Amino acid sequence: MIAELGHILLITALVIAFLQAVLPLWGAAKNNKALMDFAGRAALLQCAAIIGAFALLTTAFVTSDFSVKLVAEHSHSAKPLLYKITGVWANHEGSMLLWVLILSIYGAMLPIFGKALPDTLRARALGIQGLLGVGFIGFTVFTSSPFLRLENVPIDGNGLNPLLQDPGLAFHPPFLYLGYVGFSLAFSLACAALIEGKIDAIWARWLRPWVLLAWSFLTVGITLGSLWAYYELGWGGWWMWDPVENVSFMPWLAGTALLHSILVLGTRHSLPSWTVLLAISTFSLSLIGTFVVRSGVLISVHAFAVDPARGVYILSLLTLYTGAALGLYAWRAKTLQAHSGFDPVSKSGALVLNNLLLVIATATVFLGTFYPLFIDAISVDKITVGAPYFNKTFTPIMVILILIMGVGPLLKWEKDNSKNLLGYVKKLAPVFIIALVLFGLTGGSWGGALGLALAVYITAGTLFVVWRRRKVIGSQPAGFFGFILGHMGMAVTTMAITCMSVWSVDQAARLNIGESLKIGQHTFTLSKMDSDQRENYEYLAGTFSISKNGQELKPVTAEQRYYPVRKMVTTEAGFNLGIKDTVFAALSEGNKEKGWVVRVYYQPMVIWIWIGGIMIALGGFVSLADRRLRFNTNSDQI
Amino acid sequence: MNSLKPYIPLIAFVILVIGFAVGLKQGDLRKLESTLIDQPFPDFSLTTLDDLGSNITEAELKGSISLINIFGSWCVACVQEHPNLMQIAQTNRIRLIGVNWRDSRVKGRAWLDRYGDPYSLILFDDSSQLAIDLGVTGAPETFLVDHEGRIRYKHVGIVTRDVWMETLLPLIKSLESGT
Amino acid sequence: MDGNAVTPDKIIGERYMIRHLLISSIFAITLVSAPTLLAQTSAESSVSISEAEIESRAKDVGRALRCVVCQNQSIEESDASLAEDMRILVRARIREGDSNEAVMDYMQSRYGDFVLLEPPVQKNTYILWAFPFLLLVMGFLWFVRAARKQT
Repeated sequence: MIAELGHILLITALVIAFLQAVLPLWGAAKNNKALMDFAGRAALLQCAAIIGAFALLTTAFVTSDFSVKLVAEHSHSAKPLLYKITGVWANHEGSMLLWVLILSIYGAMLPIFGKALPDTLRARALGIQGLLGVGFIGFTVFTSSPFLRLENVPIDGNGLNPLLQDPGLAFHPPFLYLGYVGFSLAFSLACAALIEGKIDAIWARWLRPWVLLAWSFLTVGITLGSLWAYYELGWGGWWMWDPVENVSFMPWLAGTALLHSILVLGTRHSLPSWTVLLAISTFSLSLIGTFVVRSGVLISVHAFAVDPARGVYILSLLTLYTGAALGLYAWRAKTLQAHSGFDPVSKSGALVLNNLLLVIATATVFLGTFYPLFIDAISVDKITVGAPYFNKTFTPIMVILILIMGVGPLLKWEKDNSKNLLGYVKKLAPVFIIALVLFGLTGGSWGGALGLALAVYITAGTLFVVWRRRKVIGSQPAGFFGFILGHMGMAVTTMAITCMSVWSVDQAARLNIGESLKIGQHTFTLSKMDSDQRENYEYLAGTFSISKNGQELKPVTAEQRYYPVRKMVTTEAGFNLGIKDTVFAALSEGNKEKGWVVRVYYQPMVIWIWIGGIMIALGGFVSLADRRLRFNTNSDQI
Repeated sequence: MNSLKPYIPLIAFVILVIGFAVGLKQGDLRKLESTLIDQPFPDFSLTTLDDLGSNITEAELKGSISLINIFGSWCVACVQEHPNLMQIAQTNRIRLIGVNWRDSRVKGRAWLDRYGDPYSLILFDDSSQLAIDLGVTGAPETFLVDHEGRIRYKHVGIVTRDVWMETLLPLIKSLESGT
Repeated sequence: MDGNAVTPDKIIGERYMIRHLLISSIFAITLVSAPTLLAQTSAESSVSISEAEIESRAKDVGRALRCVVCQNQSIEESDASLAEDMRILVRARIREGDSNEAVMDYMQSRYGDFVLLEPPVQKNTYILWAFPFLLLVMGFLWFVRAARKQT
């Protein structure tokens, strides 16, 4: 019953989405108020239907209804309740349902919070959201239905992949989707504005809260994903420039450019093309991400085959949506003549440079990620574009970006003069150089010193801005504090990434009980080995006592786990995530006679990578509280 | 040229989509072309599966055409492939040499006892010495080696009846007739 | 446009800006790439190498070799058994006197360019390596031109 009902609700949502796509667009063209009002109601109804479907699927998981194929394949009665719930989206079909759920939630927010938008614009935007819904709900219903039944109901499920029974991994998809699916609103509003032929400062202001919301969530999602990868993969990899990571990072980079572009367009009336193209591109990059992850087009050797039919479907949707949007842009391009240019020595100019660099960064990551695919298509050569490429190309771009970040916010909006600019540079440069020299001489690495000096430099620049407004700090809008948090978060992350990349140490050895391994100031001693059974796996655990410079620290335990149902072996590294030092130990094969292969790691400041990420996200959320973004603000008084 | 400028994003996008479509069709970013085609089989010195004291080298491959098959008791696809190899062995058309890769002798022999032993010779490569020299990335993989000891073909994945009939057998025939 | 009526301050300002930008970017790029460029000198094979040096060189090589059965990891990072065998092989060859480059060549001759995590600079990767730099140059040129266009 539940599955069938869920299926019906999904189809209902599909029909509503279709109506939501067609009627309001026509209504807006004819200025028919009834049809335009219908848009809002349709969006709410669509959302309700999908919420219902999602709730029903969750119920099936929670009650371990193994007659539902998805539940049988991905769940187990012995799983803890939390993971039964998060298991709903830990698979292709369920996560597609989550995808369209979030799409419909964002769409539903327009009638509720977007009352300040002109009727035609809102109706058109909802129409386009509806179009998006038709495509993706259709994809779910026709190729990836989570509600399929099994004829022979198994006694129990297939047991969830142990790698997925994990809080970090469980919560990272929802945040990720709240992020990059959320950019659909920017996309829809951009297309709607293109249809209307009006891209201006007012439009940019309406766009801002939606972009902020999606961007902040995406930041959290990526941060969580990095944290999960770090402690789960057993060797401290927080970012590997893996294709799947890159496709979530690109919307973030473009989204950051979009966010800043809105600032320029919203206040200074310039660069409308940039903003529109960025709005279209960010969501398109999200769609490309969805395509890549689900089509198997970038899977490496010997991985399991993914259904290529899904890839074709999503690629078609992507082509349709982005192609149409870019076509709209080309058609309307004449009406988008820049209202005014920008002075290079000004905050606007700095923001333009910032966007330029972010776009270049996005393009670089894009090329690196898809180059093997393109080369393979043309010449059947197989090459790898791995971390070394990205580190060598992405990092310099970021360095330049950071240099601008420090001094840009200090400049006047419209036009500042080079004397002031030089003055700021004269104040900040010494800070940078002193930090560079200091860290360079004491740390033993000039690359590391550069990273740390840049972090200090952003901090100095941001604090300088605060200092200048210190007398009126109480009356600053929320957006100002968002800026502080965001940029300081960037400084923290830069510092942490530098420390982690430059000053982390690792060592491998074969140890028997009682033997030690020393890296830097830390000594790891294998104190005991246990093996036993827990819930659904057997394990072999090695406990390490750790001392630093003679002082005893908390021990860590590393495990090797064997899951009999799935015949899988996983390594669970033992680690202590400290405020400054993080120590890591991983266990490999071995025995009592020869000892065990162990790997130990010392990683400084790692935790600040994610603290910095959360700070940046918080900056976005805090900015949302800005009074100037209040949704009932109809005028352009900002 | 100015009137074309707004179309640049669209054009670039279309090219991109074409790239993706081709990439999808190619399907497999997986099959690595062998860099070893027409190269002599790499030198090796290995024991056989059952005899720790033995020592087989690449010289063993000269004199007749062979099919070298990489397998392991841990390899799920090998179970699927094995009946095909048993049938090929029964045709007596060609010498089958197995390479038990990354396995234990006990498990390897037990697996062959269970699923059948089509090999006239089984090499034991537990350290990937030969596997790496062959550019092996997984099992099963099969190499066709001519009587001079040159690699003529590499097949990644299961050797199905079609692969045998349509690819390997014709190649073997042309090798035998001296081309 | 204004032509000669543009104020000297503006021109100087722009030139300063551009010059500062160019210098700082060259500075930044050099500083960042210097350590990595320097790190690429491979150790020469010597009569006796200490275990620590073998291990350190092996790690450098290992971090540059792709685990061919994994998604995107180096053989140093991967848990796969083939990766482990490759790590052992790398150490064995360094011990026998191969330079870092020779070990990489050994793997490349068997697995192709695919096994190198950093794509070599060759005919089919010129675009890949040139692209970011080209974009930066084109970007700056665009910026300078766009900045001059003022209403």
